[in-house]
Amino acid sequence: MKEQNKFVKYLAGIPKYLLFSLISLIIVITLPAIFIVEKIGRLFNREFMTFEKYKSTNFILDFIIYQWLGPFEKAQNHRVFVYFLFPSLGAFLLFVVTPFIQGVYLSFTDWDGLNTGRESFVGLDNYKTIFTETRFLFSFWRTILYSVLNIIAINLVAFSLALLVTQNLKGKNVYRAGFFMPNLIGGLVLGYIWQFIYNKAITSLGGVFATSILLGGQSALFGLIIVVSWQYAGYIMMIYIAAIQNIPQDLVEAATIDGANALQRLKTITMPLVAQAFTVAMFLTLVTSFKQFDTLVSLTQGGPSLVLPQWFGSLFGIETLPVVQSTNLIAMNIYNTAFSNYELGIGQAKAIVFFVFLLLISLVQVYFNKKREVEL
Amino acid sequence: MGNKKIGLILLEIFAILLMALFFFPFLMVIINSAKPIQEITLSPLALPDNWGNLWKNVIEILTRRNIDYFRSFFNSIVITTSSLLAIGVFSAMAAWVLVRTKTRYSFWIFMLFLAGMVIPFQVVMLPLVRLLQLITNATGIPLKDTYWGVVLAYIGFGAPLSIFLFHGFIKSIPIDIEEAAIIDGCTKSQVFFRVVLPILKPIFVTLLVLNGMWIWNDYLLPILVIGLGGSTKTLPLAVANLAGFYDKQWGLILTSVLMAALPVLILFFFAQKHIIKGMTSGAIK
Repeated sequence: MKEQNKFVKYLAGIPKYLLFSLISLIIVITLPAIFIVEKIGRLFNREFMTFEKYKSTNFILDFIIYQWLGPFEKAQNHRVFVYFLFPSLGAFLLFVVTPFIQGVYLSFTDWDGLNTGRESFVGLDNYKTIFTETRFLFSFWRTILYSVLNIIAINLVAFSLALLVTQNLKGKNVYRAGFFMPNLIGGLVLGYIWQFIYNKAITSLGGVFATSILLGGQSALFGLIIVVSWQYAGYIMMIYIAAIQNIPQDLVEAATIDGANALQRLKTITMPLVAQAFTVAMFLTLVTSFKQFDTLVSLTQGGPSLVLPQWFGSLFGIETLPVVQSTNLIAMNIYNTAFSNYELGIGQAKAIVFFVFLLLISLVQVYFNKKREVEL
Repeated sequence: MGNKKIGLILLEIFAILLMALFFFPFLMVIINSAKPIQEITLSPLALPDNWGNLWKNVIEILTRRNIDYFRSFFNSIVITTSSLLAIGVFSAMAAWVLVRTKTRYSFWIFMLFLAGMVIPFQVVMLPLVRLLQLITNATGIPLKDTYWGVVLAYIGFGAPLSIFLFHGFIKSIPIDIEEAAIIDGCTKSQVFFRVVLPILKPIFVTLLVLNGMWIWNDYLLPILVIGLGGSTKTLPLAVANLAGFYDKQWGLILTSVLMAALPVLILFFFAQKHIIKGMTSGAIK
């Protein structure tokens, strides 16, 4: 007993808030273990760790019992907070936050898959490499081109479909479900379907269709855009439908009485009032376009090959134009760098560049679109 | 008035034609699943001579070792349902305590989850695989190459969006209900499981759909964690494996595509309203 008092007195010298935070931290970390011990203990002894008969002995034990382990409301709240947060936060910290932080570090190392755990720090070398690697820069450019065209195509198709199925049609619910259906099937599986359609079905018509769209260095990207629009337009359409249905009918009627025709109503009423849905749709299409991977794996595998365009080469002062892959978009480029070339450090650096770029561009996009939205 | 009616009928016809165009790829899959290889090469657009071939191809897919249909299907079901339940319940628990505890800790933890939403998977995938391998090597807990690793990773990746949606919903539930339950003698965790969780049902369904569509069709995470050649496969992995193995054997590939897509399409047929509502309301918030 004397020993313990001495120890407590010694601890009392430490600032209280520091001491208490430290104790809390230890308890928070060990709570899941305490929980299991407590539950097992209860099986043999009902009173196990209930602390109902606890009498104040010293301030540290008081703190532990009153704040964390005792049958008091405050302690109960604290325990529930930790128990309830533990599974999600644990998985999130372990599988998202830790890899993210580690990833930032790994992008500065020469990690190649074989030297895992022994990689050495190489500073900015990886970033220097990727910004001089023509293939990567070209892949980045193709991703931007693809995303812009894809966003326009999907939103145009989706908005037109939404306008069509919000008319007073007999089978409008059937059409909605029908247009939505391609979205249920995963990108990988869709890619095989369309590879068959492009390479087998359409080419069998002969004539101008004899060469598959997927074989042309320039046209393959458009082939991909058609597939993704087909897949995604029904989903974005649903978002536009919800917005169009929220437009107050009296506004439309008033405009009709004032003599506005359908086109004018579309321009002055529908378009401004679905601006909020447009922000959401654009954000969604932007992010999915940039992350495009599954469909590419099964549709083109990054091909076909293409000689680097003259203008792109001259931009970086390259004389002999290398052969590049025309649909090797950035997500696939990262994957191949890591798992085909075993340059995991460089792959990680590419991923970081990709992340920063995507973050900036989505923030800018949301900022400008928010400014255009109309409050009703 | 007559003009308007004709316009509507024309629109109706246009919509039907458009839908036929949208269904063309599905039609291609179905008719070509029922053709032997020569017939596909000769006339991919024509109807098959003998529908019996479809059955033959289906049997072939069911018995092929490299697609292992039943096991892949079963794995996909196990991974999807266990991830969905775990994400749903754990995220609801976390969101509830984050809403009901008003301290700076709960605020910052919520902010941390929100920040997690903007991280694309590509940024964490390489270190994640490394981490799973490391845990497997160091502790012997097999997270790499098994589906438990996949499920745990899904809990982490699904948490931010789910917690965000639950958080918004729980804020609108009046706290009086919970206080009444406490007065009636519930402990705090009983309050959650008996009172709050049933109220969360609509948003729970939304999340089931949203996360379910993503996890069922996901290809990148399973291929990284489980790998293509391994004995455990999900349905997308099995299809990719088969297509890689029998390059250009379109009859078989399309049959496997059909069989991989069919479960979701059947589900959609029955739960259409929930699925559409879930996917769109999740996106708008």
